[in-house]
Amino acid sequence: MRGAKSAKWVAGAIVVALAATACGGSDGGKNEGKGNASGKPAGYVSIDVGEPQKPLIPADTNESLGSYVIQSLFTQLLDFDADGNIVYTNAESVETKDSKTWTVKLKPGWKFHNGEAVTAQSYVDAWNWYANIKNQQQNSFWYADIAGYADVHPAKGEPKADKMSGLKVVDETTFTIELTEKVPYFNYKLGYATWAPLPKAFYADPKAFGTKPIGNGPYKFEKWDRKKLIQVSAFDGYQGPNKAKNKGILFKNYATVEAAYQDLVSGNLDIIRQVGPTDLPKYKQDLGDGAIEQPYAAVQSLVPAFYSKSFKDIDPKVLQGLSMAIDRDTITKTVLNNTRSPATSFTPPQVKGNQDLGTDVFTYNPEKAKKLIQEGGGVPENKFTIQYNADGGHKEWVTAVCESIRKATGVDCVGDAKPDFATDLESRDNDQVKGMYRGGWVADYPVNVNFLKELYHSNAESNNGRFKDAEVDALMAKADKANSLEESVKGYQEVEKKILEKMPAIPLWYYRINGGHGKNVDNVAVDFHGDLELTGVTVK
Amino acid sequence: MGRYVARRLLQMIPVFIGSTFLIFAMMYALPGDPVRALMGDQSFDPAILAAKRHELGLDLPLWQQYVNYLTGLLQGDFGTEIGSGRPIADIIADAFPVTIRLTLFAFTFMVIVGIGLGVVAGLKPNSIRDRGLLGLTLVLISMPSFVLGYLMQYVFAFQLGWITPTVQDSENMGDLLLPAIVLGSLSLAYVARLTRTSMAENLRADYMRTAVAKGLPRRRIVGVHLMRNSLVPVVTFLGTDIGNLMTGAIVTEGIFNVQGVGDAVYEALFRREGATVVGIASLIVLVYLLCSLLVDLLYAVLDPRIRYA
Amino acid sequence: MPDKTAAPEATEAAAKTATTTVTTAPDAVLSANAPKPEKARSLWSDAWRDLRGNPLFLISSALILLLLVISAFPGLFTSASPRDADLANHYLQPPNWGHLFAPDWFGYDGQGRSIYARVIYGARASILVGVGVTLLVTIVGTIVGMLAGYFGGLTDSLLSRITDIFMGIPFMLGALVVLTSFANRAIWVVILALVFLGWTTIARVARGAVVTIKQADYVVAAKALGGSTTRILLKHILPNALAPIIVVATIALGGYIAAEATLSYLGVGLADPTVSWGVDVSSGREQLRNAPFVLIVPSVMVSITVLAFLMFGDAVRNALDPKMR
Repeated sequence: MRGAKSAKWVAGAIVVALAATACGGSDGGKNEGKGNASGKPAGYVSIDVGEPQKPLIPADTNESLGSYVIQSLFTQLLDFDADGNIVYTNAESVETKDSKTWTVKLKPGWKFHNGEAVTAQSYVDAWNWYANIKNQQQNSFWYADIAGYADVHPAKGEPKADKMSGLKVVDETTFTIELTEKVPYFNYKLGYATWAPLPKAFYADPKAFGTKPIGNGPYKFEKWDRKKLIQVSAFDGYQGPNKAKNKGILFKNYATVEAAYQDLVSGNLDIIRQVGPTDLPKYKQDLGDGAIEQPYAAVQSLVPAFYSKSFKDIDPKVLQGLSMAIDRDTITKTVLNNTRSPATSFTPPQVKGNQDLGTDVFTYNPEKAKKLIQEGGGVPENKFTIQYNADGGHKEWVTAVCESIRKATGVDCVGDAKPDFATDLESRDNDQVKGMYRGGWVADYPVNVNFLKELYHSNAESNNGRFKDAEVDALMAKADKANSLEESVKGYQEVEKKILEKMPAIPLWYYRINGGHGKNVDNVAVDFHGDLELTGVTVK
Repeated sequence: MGRYVARRLLQMIPVFIGSTFLIFAMMYALPGDPVRALMGDQSFDPAILAAKRHELGLDLPLWQQYVNYLTGLLQGDFGTEIGSGRPIADIIADAFPVTIRLTLFAFTFMVIVGIGLGVVAGLKPNSIRDRGLLGLTLVLISMPSFVLGYLMQYVFAFQLGWITPTVQDSENMGDLLLPAIVLGSLSLAYVARLTRTSMAENLRADYMRTAVAKGLPRRRIVGVHLMRNSLVPVVTFLGTDIGNLMTGAIVTEGIFNVQGVGDAVYEALFRREGATVVGIASLIVLVYLLCSLLVDLLYAVLDPRIRYA
Repeated sequence: MPDKTAAPEATEAAAKTATTTVTTAPDAVLSANAPKPEKARSLWSDAWRDLRGNPLFLISSALILLLLVISAFPGLFTSASPRDADLANHYLQPPNWGHLFAPDWFGYDGQGRSIYARVIYGARASILVGVGVTLLVTIVGTIVGMLAGYFGGLTDSLLSRITDIFMGIPFMLGALVVLTSFANRAIWVVILALVFLGWTTIARVARGAVVTIKQADYVVAAKALGGSTTRILLKHILPNALAPIIVVATIALGGYIAAEATLSYLGVGLADPTVSWGVDVSSGREQLRNAPFVLIVPSVMVSITVLAFLMFGDAVRNALDPKMR
């Protein structure tokens, strides 16, 4: 019996140990849970914004969740209104005479959340830090226009300097930016969230700062309950035009959009950014006045890989034909539940320089599609693939587009699903796309160049289709040399017309935001790139 | 006894190292790079990518990365997540309690209901209620958990409106009821069938006849003699099933929006956060190994013929 | 390393694999208490007689036969193509339950494709995966188990430890990781991935059976007569160890079908243009609120198929396990 008894004892011990870990764990969970289950403070607004992927440093964030939080905590020199016009926030003015040297004047009296004054130095130091290769900031390439960038961010090896020669502080509230080349739309670039200033406290411990940022924006950081919520409160000392009209924001994390939607309907959540596909057919009924539907500056397109067997040296006529074989109207109305509107050009209507191209390339026309494809010599082997990432909800429309093409022209088209975004991107980086890939672009700044140069210039980083065309490059160079923004925008309109002949991509549709808000809040507006303007939201 | 346990624990070491290494190697072999994935489809600078990979040691050969990982693990360091820079221990501490709660909930449910049904059926083998129960368990087994999950969600949430379709608060037991039932139902069917078969067999055993002949009260015969012997295979199953329940939660947690281990692993896998996946997997492997040991020890308790020297 | 410290090592066999088997293992191992070769023959014929009279077996066989025919010749059952989509006219058109075998019988999905055609053409993937995995798992598992059980000693320790390692990997998690690494997931990739993680159960059962059988008189005699190892393994041991292996394998088959559906549902199993029930369930979940049939029809098909194989396995087990009679 001895054996059995001690077996009992050991077994008991393991049970106790396992139970102890379980209980220990659940206790911890409960305490945390109580902290945030207690509901939101009065006057705050809650919105479904999930856990940011990276620490909250302006130049290290480019995904949408982190950007939401960053934009509430930091304010850059300028911003854009819903029509894409410049609105000065922290800057009094940003001016240039030659598109090469820019003078920035700050509004006086601005403060960081810790009371430190926002000065020209706060900007210059921050930008130098962001651009330095040693700091490995994801958005560092945004500073590449500035003279001296190559010294702090060499392609290889250690930086030669820790300051960009192009940035000069003139006085407390003035500094100048010298660029290596003319960039007529440089001031528009400054509206991107990455150009935010940093307080001195940042440099002492950037890592800690990333979890508890101190900004100069309309809201100040309160707490970050990992994977649950981030809470920010209105900053009383804020002096910008977009001062918060509510007391604070709760960014709440949900695992699924469906769960967020249910919370919205039951009143536990105030704003949802995008209603999930399950609830889209009924959300307008459910939400009434609270439903938000608005287009924003983003385009989804099919991008042929010009190195692939299917599209190497393809006649643009074939691509135009494929474009005309896509029934954009029906697909956006059914499969996409009106979350997109059919594209009619390469740039969305919200950006400067969007034009009517006067073409039928984007109109569904099976006969002409067939004819064009035939004239252009057809697609090799009469079939191709569309690569997409299976974790992004693209499968349905890719299938529908493929079927539309197959039905209209007989060219066989199948989706090539990569299990996730990481695999999808790697395949694009390494030139392994077998046919076309799903391309998407959301405006960084509301000027047509953002949708043309970044995607279709021979050397553009995001030109993963490897489209190369000397004529297009030359037109872009010409537009960049323009002395004024208007001239440059016109130049890029010429580029767009040229691109229509060359078809480096098949634009499909523009994005719409389909969100909503509950009965407790009002005045929820959408900005040009589809983010909700949280500062203007009022609590009833 | 002590020696047996010590030996089993020693045997666990290579198994633990082997299993975790396999998962580690599989993660390593995955296409897609976690640092690259962070950059999204916007522009980026390849120099930064290289620098970051170097800093994280992602450019080292596989074995070296694994040794580094294991060394850290032995010192209680699960590593940090590449994207957020958060200690993985924190992520685990967030996710594990939720899943453990869900698993224990499902486990309790399946033990009580499963054994109960099995006893009811097993005491009268081949009766109508036995046949009916066998049929019911077959149906339960034939429904993959995502089928059952959506079915329940559709019926109870969308049609009847008794519950919210997804869990709003992962700490609320009431909210966890439905996911726990879905998670536990497959195993419940097995438990019921196992108990039933084993009871039916043991009913005919000699010791049962002896017990009846001795004139022992029926409650004692069934409760002590029959149950104790019939539960051996059931306990085996239960012990090895906990690990499965925890990974089966990947599907259930997804359907019902429970933010536990399954959710964390799924997300980490798609972001190529290798250390997070391996860390969570290691813990599940450990739970599985400990439970198997526990089961073997319970044998000695349940079956007096078994001795561990 | 000592194996027979306790029964558990052998009985442990059962569990594992997200899905099935377990019911059988304990009795299965016991039932391997090897009958003599002549008797073995009668075991099979007895089993056959038993099966013929079992309604469970008859129903499930008929169902399986039907499924096999459907997967071999889907064109016989529907004129519609599973790929042809007509968004403009058929988007989410509800089922027309009266139109038996017509394309609109089960309605149309979110792409305007006939759901009836989809489920008919989807049978092939499920059946192929189920049968393929079961065959390969049985072969691999039996070989490993026999070698470990017959040779014992170092070989056994080594193989058993390897089995333990694979068993230690959580099934779903392992499958997710393995399958994510394949860009083009054809049917054979899914089959191999499931085999990679699933062979251990059979290996343990086979090993347990062989350990008992090798002590039987006729094996000892064959050895004494100088029979070659291969001959002993194939002629004497394998036929006698087969019963428990077959039992576990048939019951597991349904489980593999369910596993494929689950993985496809999670987005790492089969992919377009392969038509699969799991994939269809996965796309149907978006319609759960306004068009539940899109999700329910393929789900029911998965369940019916798994059920058919489970009943079949159950019947086979009852027939092969003398104690169950």
